[in-house]
Amino acid sequence: MEFIGGKLLQVVIALAIFAAIIGILMLVVDRAPKSVKDKVTVAGFLAPAGILMLVGLVYPAVRTSMLAFTDASGQGNGFDNFVWMFTQPEALTTLRNTIIWTILVPLLSTSFGLAYAVFIDKARGERVLKSLVFMPMAISFVGAGIIWKLVYDYRGPGIEQTGVINFIRDAMGMNPKQFLLDAPENTIFLIIVMVWIQTGFAMVILSAAIKGVPVELIEAARLDGANAWQQFRNVTVPGIRGALVVVLTTITIATLKVFDIVRTMTAGNYDTSVVANEMYTQAFRAGEPGRGAALALILFLMVLPIVVYNARVLRKQREIH
Amino acid sequence: MKKSKYLLPVAAAGVLALTMSACSGNSGGGGSTASNDCSAYDTYGKHDGKTVSVYSTIVDVEATNLEESWAQFEKCTGITVKYEGSKEFETQIGVRAQSGTAPDVAIFPQPGLLATQAKAGYLKPAPKAVSDLVDKNWSPDWKKYGTVDGTFYAAPMLANVKGYVWYSPKTFKDKGWTVPKTWDEMMDLTKKIADDKTMKPWCAGFESGEATGWPGTDWIEDVVLRAEGPEVYDKWITHQIPFNDPKIVNSFNKVGDILLNPNYVNGGFGDPRSILSTAFAQAGQPVLDGQCAMHHQASFQAANWPAGTNVAEDGDVWAFMTPPVDASKGTAITGGGESVAAYKDTPEVQAYLAFMASADFANNRVKLGGAISANKGLDPNNAQSALDKQSIKLLQDPKTVFRFDGSDLMPSAVGSNSFWKGIVAWINGSSAQQVTDSIESSWPKG
Repeated sequence: MEFIGGKLLQVVIALAIFAAIIGILMLVVDRAPKSVKDKVTVAGFLAPAGILMLVGLVYPAVRTSMLAFTDASGQGNGFDNFVWMFTQPEALTTLRNTIIWTILVPLLSTSFGLAYAVFIDKARGERVLKSLVFMPMAISFVGAGIIWKLVYDYRGPGIEQTGVINFIRDAMGMNPKQFLLDAPENTIFLIIVMVWIQTGFAMVILSAAIKGVPVELIEAARLDGANAWQQFRNVTVPGIRGALVVVLTTITIATLKVFDIVRTMTAGNYDTSVVANEMYTQAFRAGEPGRGAALALILFLMVLPIVVYNARVLRKQREIH
Repeated sequence: MKKSKYLLPVAAAGVLALTMSACSGNSGGGGSTASNDCSAYDTYGKHDGKTVSVYSTIVDVEATNLEESWAQFEKCTGITVKYEGSKEFETQIGVRAQSGTAPDVAIFPQPGLLATQAKAGYLKPAPKAVSDLVDKNWSPDWKKYGTVDGTFYAAPMLANVKGYVWYSPKTFKDKGWTVPKTWDEMMDLTKKIADDKTMKPWCAGFESGEATGWPGTDWIEDVVLRAEGPEVYDKWITHQIPFNDPKIVNSFNKVGDILLNPNYVNGGFGDPRSILSTAFAQAGQPVLDGQCAMHHQASFQAANWPAGTNVAEDGDVWAFMTPPVDASKGTAITGGGESVAAYKDTPEVQAYLAFMASADFANNRVKLGGAISANKGLDPNNAQSALDKQSIKLLQDPKTVFRFDGSDLMPSAVGSNSFWKGIVAWINGSSAQQVTDSIESSWPKG
């Protein structure tokens, strides 16, 4: 109790200090002479955000980039870390897995989400059906990893199965399977978890976009004699193009950074490691911060084009509207 | 608008006052059980009003017990011990030493970390009084873990013992099995149990989240020490022989005779590969259910049994030490422990160090339960459980060869990464040669 009280007091104090700083800032800005007031106001209010960004974003980014060219003892070692990344079989597996993840997860979750959104559109009980698929979104990646680990759980033949899938296999007279241990299909079993989570997200966004497609267009297509597939292809999909891009890119970025699922389910063992997981392992467990930083840098370079593309598409859309 | 101009500075001043008042410190240790008899503490002198700050990995109940065990020392010497335990110790101690805010005393859980700090020049060599106490109370093996480049820095504190084989005394009695005295006897027993076909001889589980594989490193370390002897073990952990040396590959194969044989493992869970998907804390369960006969795990397994399990020589479960390969060479055991090192050498710090190296501390702490020490001045009867008593006797036996957990002494790139991963790959089907080659290639250069 004493502990909670102490923490609460700290929170209150922190908030009060924050309020005081803002207050003093406002006071100073307010007192500035009229002639330069606008500039002082702008600088005054941008400064805290700017400083925080420098300290919290720019500085670490620069440090990480520099760290990527050093070895475990902090000495510069040129491109050794990158050579390691593209030559060691283990590190190559990591890169390969990340690519498999980034191709499959966005593709599968978006297609499932889109199909589901189209099929339940204006169906009876749409809201209930939607929330069923959306619910996994509310679970953290770690939570989902633990749930699915139990689903995939294994006991030997003849022993009572605890995992759901192996229980079903057993009931059907099949031998139980070590889902997480057999490479390369275990990566697919991990990917299923991410798809399970992200389908709900894709479905909700796409369903909203579908509702935004003008009814007149669909009616016109129907009058022209288009069948359901043609309506979907030529009217619905072009109508929700922006939403599709946002969904695809958002899921791609989330997938590139995937860490929790792999960490909780296999910890990167059995050839299932991905870049973010390996980055953590190298930097914090193996005591090789240079290699970790190099992996972080590669991850950043992989995410960058998608973010740029996403931003450009969004800007174009704004120009149209 | 006008009003607010004066309101804000006043508010700011108020906040400042609040902050200041919140910074008052908390009081030191317990002292509830401290009695008035101080005669045993005369040797440490009087240091009224002095404080010693202590930093370690030990938290929660363990921390309370630790503080309790030096409460009387505080009372009699007038020293206030300001204790701080943190799970971030391993990374934070380096940061604090570098930034000049090191504690007076640090309790290191790994000799490797101690060596790093000593080599960086932060630690003070132990005073002669402490060195003499360690010579008197511990075996030379233990003194070595506190010695870096020939200088003695840290006295050992508490210890734990690895390499126990847990079994059910009742099952053994019913079946007429006897506790094996040598490795060969253990393998004979294993074969006998397997042929009997009522249960698998062994059960094992290496799953431990991101640390999956570590229970396997304990197996390998035990066998390297028992089969190849302490000299090879020392060379192996310091990389004087390569990780893929034939002797080490041989030890892997010796363990593999048990762990990779589908007839021998994994009682209650499935084939040998199920070792990887079985959590280490649950892996011993089938011993109680009569689905397996033996389970290899450290002394702390005592806490993993379900509540109400009677851990005793004639109880539900009991443990024997993994037997030696050559019985004439005596017992060899692996284990772990903490060392107490100082960043300052003031008189009060020296008094504290001397107390921590004394038998008084060991007895005080062990009486509170859940801990043992290799201090020879420790009375085994002070231990709170039968297993602790047995462990203390083993540690104090002059014929016992003790070696620190090898993976804790290797560089972290190996000891807490590639060695674990290697064990996982090995159980999952890679050969011992492949695995040791890959671990060897991960050993940091230079």
